[in-house]
Amino acid sequence: MAHTIWRPAHPVYIADAATVVGHEEHAGPLGAFFDLHDPKKDDFGMDTWEKAESEMQRLAVNTLLGRASLNAADIRAIFAGDLLNQCTGSGYGLLSFDAPFFGLYGACSTAAEGLALAAQLCGAYGGPYVTVSSSHFCSAERQFRYPMEYGGQRPPTAQWTVTGAAAFLVTDRTESPAPRIAEILPGITVDRGITDANNMGAAMAPAALDTLLRYFRESGRKPDSFDMILTGDLGAEGSAILRDFAAAAGCDISGVQQDCGMLIYDAQTSDKHSGGSGCGCSGVTLGGFILDRMRRGVISDILFIGTGALLSPMSVQQGQSIPGIGHLLRITTREDTAQ
Amino acid sequence: MNTDSEQYKKYAAKRAKKSPLALDCLRAFLVGGAICTGAEALHTLYENQGMSEENSAALVSVTLIFLTALLTGLGIFDRIAKFAGAGTLVPITGFANAVTAPAIDTKGEGFVMGVGTKIFSIAGPVILYGTAAGALYGVIYWISITVF
Repeated sequence: MAHTIWRPAHPVYIADAATVVGHEEHAGPLGAFFDLHDPKKDDFGMDTWEKAESEMQRLAVNTLLGRASLNAADIRAIFAGDLLNQCTGSGYGLLSFDAPFFGLYGACSTAAEGLALAAQLCGAYGGPYVTVSSSHFCSAERQFRYPMEYGGQRPPTAQWTVTGAAAFLVTDRTESPAPRIAEILPGITVDRGITDANNMGAAMAPAALDTLLRYFRESGRKPDSFDMILTGDLGAEGSAILRDFAAAAGCDISGVQQDCGMLIYDAQTSDKHSGGSGCGCSGVTLGGFILDRMRRGVISDILFIGTGALLSPMSVQQGQSIPGIGHLLRITTREDTAQ
Repeated sequence: MNTDSEQYKKYAAKRAKKSPLALDCLRAFLVGGAICTGAEALHTLYENQGMSEENSAALVSVTLIFLTALLTGLGIFDRIAKFAGAGTLVPITGFANAVTAPAIDTKGEGFVMGVGTKIFSIAGPVILYGTAAGALYGVIYWISITVF
């Protein structure tokens, strides 16, 4: 079988993560877990939303390197991505770091995509690598939907782009105990015909399901052997679909599945409809909240599936359906078991 | 993997939570009605100031457009519209907001390629097809009075 689980040749660690968020994410249930935030306007001191997004990436990488006492010259490469045309959020945001740069586009799965590539390279050739991804509500609204002050209503299945950037330090050695990326199963694009850009959960759920079922089939593991199966941004709608279809395929994940898009905002009070989305959503939730819980030993073995909807405003206008993707990482602090 | 889309599309559409139609209609009725009542009051006020019927009607439109643009600029209009839906969309307020919002939003791309090209990105279809429909109606009207 060609699409097998990747296992880095040598142990690969997520040594640290740095997170930057907007004021609404900071006010949410995970607010205390993020490193930096903009207190009010989410402009990060910039005069356009696009520059604000770049600044978030710069702040995230700067915080990460500073805490690890590393210079950009110590980094083998940076993998970075965002939602803007031609990935300019990353291109401009990381200009000040003199390190090799790879721009990625995996829509909201970019955090997982960067970690997968960095982990595999790090396992083979050594590190460290930096991965970073970002999204900004205002720049995403402008690119994908309407101008900021346009008055309209959203349907209940719509999701809210998270304002946030997360940077991860991927290393082959670590001084303090850190979670390991033990396994990687890259996603395959899946298109099940959803054309509604206000229901991206339904567009992405089949891709997450495909990756998840392939993982369990190949690894022989069961969902309940993990502390958590963490999806990126399926939201309430996509999560329910994923659970339904997984159960129908004989793989009950309802007891362990959580979704970053549902964790980051308070479902009762935040008025974010189906939940959060965007490259920043899974990045800051994993980097801020989940890694903290792993370091504290609350959870020790998780599957993280970064989900992405690979649409553009033009593809939607031309009536094309929305392909989804789900990249899987097994992140663990346990000693390695059967491989 | 691209299998069995039709069935999945039906499943997803069926399970997707729908907007609360009755509540949305009620809100649209109340807010839209309030805007129209306010406009009617303005109309009477302007006429009482000695303005002709025609001028008064035009000034009411101008007043509503001005107020919408002001509220859009202050970042208040989108909050009202989120509540009101069609209640703010259908009166001239919706059109004014659809022009003002992109004008504010695209300043960063410059006054020519930004504001100039994108100011009608939402209202454009209304202008185009509204003008075309007006022209078509004119032709039909001309034929009807010429022939009959």
